[in-house]
Amino acid sequence: MDLALTVNGEEIRRSIEPNELLLDFLRERLGLTGAKRSCDVQVCGTCTVLVDGGPVSACTFLAADADGREVLTVEGFARSAQFARFEAAFMRHAALQCGYCTPGLLLTLKSLRDNGELSTEEAIRHGLDGNLCRCTGYRSILDAAREVAA
Amino acid sequence: MTVVERSTLVEVGTSRPRKDGHEKLSGQAQYVGDMEMAGMLHGQVLRSPFAHARIRSIDARAALEMPGVAAVLTGADLEDIEPYYGHAIKDRPIVALDRVRFAGEPVAAVAAVDLATAEAAVRAIEVEYEELPVLGTLDQALAADAPRLHERRPKIGLFHGLGDLGEQEGNVCYHHVLTSGDVSAVRDRAAITVEGTYLFPAVYQYAMETHATIAHYHGDGVTLWANCQHPFLVQAEIADLFGLEIGSVRIVVPYLGGGFGSKSYTKMEPLTVALARKAGRPVRIVNRVEESMVTSRRHGMRCWMRTSAAADGTLLSREVHFWLDTGAYADNGPRVTATAADSAPGPYRWEAADVQGFCVYCNTPPSGSYRAFGATHLQWVGESQLDEVARRAGIDPLELRRRCLVLPGEPVRPDGSGKPLDADLVGDVEQAAAAVGWDEPRRPWVGRGVSVGLLAAGAHPVSRASIRLRSDGSADVYVGSTELGQGPRTVMAQIAAEGLGISSDLVQVWGADTRFTPYDRSTGASRSTTIAGLAVKRAADAVAERLRETAGEVFDVDPGLVGLVDGRAVFADQELSYPDLIARRFGFRGGEIVENGEVRPTGGGTGSYAEGPHFWEVCVAGAEVEVDPDTGVVTVLRTATVADVGKAINPQLVERQDEGATLQGIGNALFEEMRFVDGAVVNDNLLEYRVPRVADLPLGMRSIIVENADGPGPYGAKGCGEGAFAAVPAAIVCALADAGVPMNELPLTPERVWRRIQEMSSSQPMAQGSEI
Repeated sequence: MDLALTVNGEEIRRSIEPNELLLDFLRERLGLTGAKRSCDVQVCGTCTVLVDGGPVSACTFLAADADGREVLTVEGFARSAQFARFEAAFMRHAALQCGYCTPGLLLTLKSLRDNGELSTEEAIRHGLDGNLCRCTGYRSILDAAREVAA
Repeated sequence: MTVVERSTLVEVGTSRPRKDGHEKLSGQAQYVGDMEMAGMLHGQVLRSPFAHARIRSIDARAALEMPGVAAVLTGADLEDIEPYYGHAIKDRPIVALDRVRFAGEPVAAVAAVDLATAEAAVRAIEVEYEELPVLGTLDQALAADAPRLHERRPKIGLFHGLGDLGEQEGNVCYHHVLTSGDVSAVRDRAAITVEGTYLFPAVYQYAMETHATIAHYHGDGVTLWANCQHPFLVQAEIADLFGLEIGSVRIVVPYLGGGFGSKSYTKMEPLTVALARKAGRPVRIVNRVEESMVTSRRHGMRCWMRTSAAADGTLLSREVHFWLDTGAYADNGPRVTATAADSAPGPYRWEAADVQGFCVYCNTPPSGSYRAFGATHLQWVGESQLDEVARRAGIDPLELRRRCLVLPGEPVRPDGSGKPLDADLVGDVEQAAAAVGWDEPRRPWVGRGVSVGLLAAGAHPVSRASIRLRSDGSADVYVGSTELGQGPRTVMAQIAAEGLGISSDLVQVWGADTRFTPYDRSTGASRSTTIAGLAVKRAADAVAERLRETAGEVFDVDPGLVGLVDGRAVFADQELSYPDLIARRFGFRGGEIVENGEVRPTGGGTGSYAEGPHFWEVCVAGAEVEVDPDTGVVTVLRTATVADVGKAINPQLVERQDEGATLQGIGNALFEEMRFVDGAVVNDNLLEYRVPRVADLPLGMRSIIVENADGPGPYGAKGCGEGAFAAVPAAIVCALADAGVPMNELPLTPERVWRRIQEMSSSQPMAQGSEI
C-alpha cells in the first residue's frame, strides 16, 4: 500500500506492507535508528516517537496508521532549538548512561512539556512512568525533567 | 629556582560531563542493531520448544527452497570443527547437535535477505524430537537417579581459572570449598545458633538492548561487530573454535545498550559466525527479549546456612551449603560459585567456617554473570542471620557489626588466603545507618536494616592502554573497556588528561576494536577504572615523560624539574606549548608521542581465581521499609548506599552507578523473578517480568561516596557500581525483619509476605524474629 506522511518535517512517500510497523519503517526504510527496539510489547518506551505531537510506541504502531500525519523522531528533535535546553539539563544531571532509552525518554518529555503536562511533581512522575531505564535509577532523569519543565 | 608542579588534581575528582552525551541524546550513537554492512543478511534462530530432548532429524529442505533464503545452519555444518565452547568449561555446542538441553536452545539458524523471510524459513524447518526426562529444578538435577546432562570429564575452557576441575559428580559441574577451623567443636560452645534454608530466584538482567552480533566471515578471517563486554576473551574463543589465528578475528564493539553482566563472555557470537561462514556474506542476528532471557540470566539458588555465636553475640562459626542452578551449560557458573563462596561468610571474624558451593546443571536456560554475582546471592542470607544473632543477644545490629567486622589489613577469607581487607567497613556501615535514620523512633510495621558485604572484584588484573599525543596537543586514548553506560570514555579521558596536563576536552577515548585497541581482559567485575584506568594513567605518565625529556633539552634543565600544566611545559620563566614542544622534538609540525601502559599481576601469576581478588568491592547499604500487614505490600521508604571507591574520578558518575544499582536492587528484592515450568521460562516478556519504573523510586535515596585512597587503581581508586546491588536487597530484607517479618525467600512479593505474616500470627510461640 502507499504511505504518505511527514517525518521530521520532510514529506515522505513510500510503498509499504500493510502490516509494517512504524518502528521498522523508520529504522529499516528511512535509516532513522534513534528509536530503539526492546520489549516489543509497549512496556519499555524505548521505541517512543511522536505522531502529531503525541507519544506512541512505534513497536506496536502500524506505519499505515501514520498516513497523513506528522512523525517526529529524535533525529528531527535534535535539530530544533528546543532540544538544546533538554540536552543541557540531561548533561548537567548526567541523566543518561547507556543511552538506549534516552531518545524515547526525550520525546516523551518533549510531548509532556509541549502539552503542559509537567506542571507538578506528580505529573512528571506519572508522565515518565512509561519509559523504563535500567541504568540510572531515574532520580537524575526526574531532576532533568524538572529543569526542563521550569 | 622555581619548580612548577600541579599540586592539586584538576581533572580527577571533577564531575565532567559525559563525553558520549551529545551522541546519545541526539540519537546518533550507534548500537549493533543500528548497523548495516554491504550485502548483509538477517539471521533468525530456530530454538527448541523442549527443555530436554533427543534430536531425531532436521529437515530444512522447504526452508532452503524459499526465495531469499541464503543459508540454513544445523549441527551437520560443524563437522569440520570442534564445535564446543565455553570460557570455563567447553560444554556448549554452537547449535544443538544430537540433543537439546534447554527450552530455547538454538537448533538451527537461517540467513535471509530480510527478517520476515528468515522468520518464515525458520518456521518451515521440521525437527523431530524425542522428549527426555526434564531436570527442571535443583532437586530433580541432584536426585540420585537423575540422568547426566554432560560427560563425566569436563573439557576445560580457555579462561576457567579454577584449577583442576576433576571428574564431575552427577550433575554438579563445579564444587567450591572454603573451610577453616573445627566447625563442630566451635559450635559446641555456642549459646546462640541460627539456622535456615533460603531460596533465591533466577532473574533477568534486562539490558534494554538485547544481544546483537554482525559477523562477516571472509578470506582473511572473520570480523564481528558485537555488543560484548569482553571482546578480547570472545576473540580468543572464536579463534579457538574456528581454527583461526587470534589476529584474524577482529571484534569491533560500538556502544552497548546496557550489560550488567548479561553480555559478558561469549554469547551469540559463535552462532552468528557459523551462520555467516555458511552464508558467505555478513549476517546480523539481533535477539528478541525472549531470546535474550534464555541467553543469559542470574543463577537461582537454594542455600542452607547456620551461624553460631556466644551469648553476648560474639560470632563463632558459620556453615554455608549452597546450590546454584547454572542451567544447561556452565557459562560463568563456576566463577559465580567461587565468588558466592567468598561472599558467604560475610566480612566478619570467625573462629571456624565451612562453605560448600555447588554449581549444578539443570534443563534450564544457562546462567551467567549479573552485577555483583555471588554477593547478591549470599549477602542477604548472611546478614539476615547476623541480625537474628543480634536480636537474640539483645544488642543493636549496628553495634554487633562494629564489634565483629573485619578491620583494614585483616584477612577477609576465613582461611587467611588472598587479599586482606582494603576498606573501612565500620565507618561505611555507620554512615549508611545514619542516612536511614537508624536512631530515630520507629513506627509500627516500619523497620530499618543495614547490610555489609564484600565482593571479590577486579577479575584477572591484565590491561593495556595506549595514548597518542598528536601534534596539535590533543590526545587519543586506546583502551579496551567497553562503554555500556558506566562511563569509561569519560573517566579514562579524565585520567589521561590529568597525567598529560591537558583538559579532558582535548582527549578522545575510542571503543574497543581488537585490531587496534591494546588488550584488556574484560569489562566487568568493577575493574575498568581500577585496572584499565591504571594502564591509562601509566601510558599518560610515559607520554609526560617524553614531553619533559624534550622540554628538558630545550630549556637545558633536568627533565624532572619541568612542570606540565594546561598544555604547556614550564620551567622558571620558560614555557612551550605542547604543539611547539612536539614540533621541536620531531623537527617539523608533525609527529606524535605514543606510549603504552601495562597492568599485570605482580610476579606474573597463574590466572587462578584463588590469587585474587585484586581488591574487595564494598557492599554496604541501609534501608527503611514499611509493610502493610493487610496486603503484604512492602514499600521502600529510604535507602542509602556507600560507594567506598578510594578516589572518585568522576563523583557524579559514581552516584549514578549506585542509584542505578539501588533501583535494580529494589526490583530484585521486591518483584523480579523468572518463573519456570518444566524447565521453560513462562514469563519471558516485559509484561510478566516486571522491572522497576519511576514509581518504584524510594522517597529517599542517598548515595554516599567514601574516599580513603585505599584502592589499587589510579589516584587510589577502586571499583564501584556492583556492591550496592548486593547490599540494597540485603538491607531491605533486614529492614523487613526489623519490622517484624523475617523472610527466607526472595522476591518479597505481597503474597509471600502476607502468608508469612499469617503463618507467624498463627504459630505459637510467636516471638518476633523467631527461627527461620
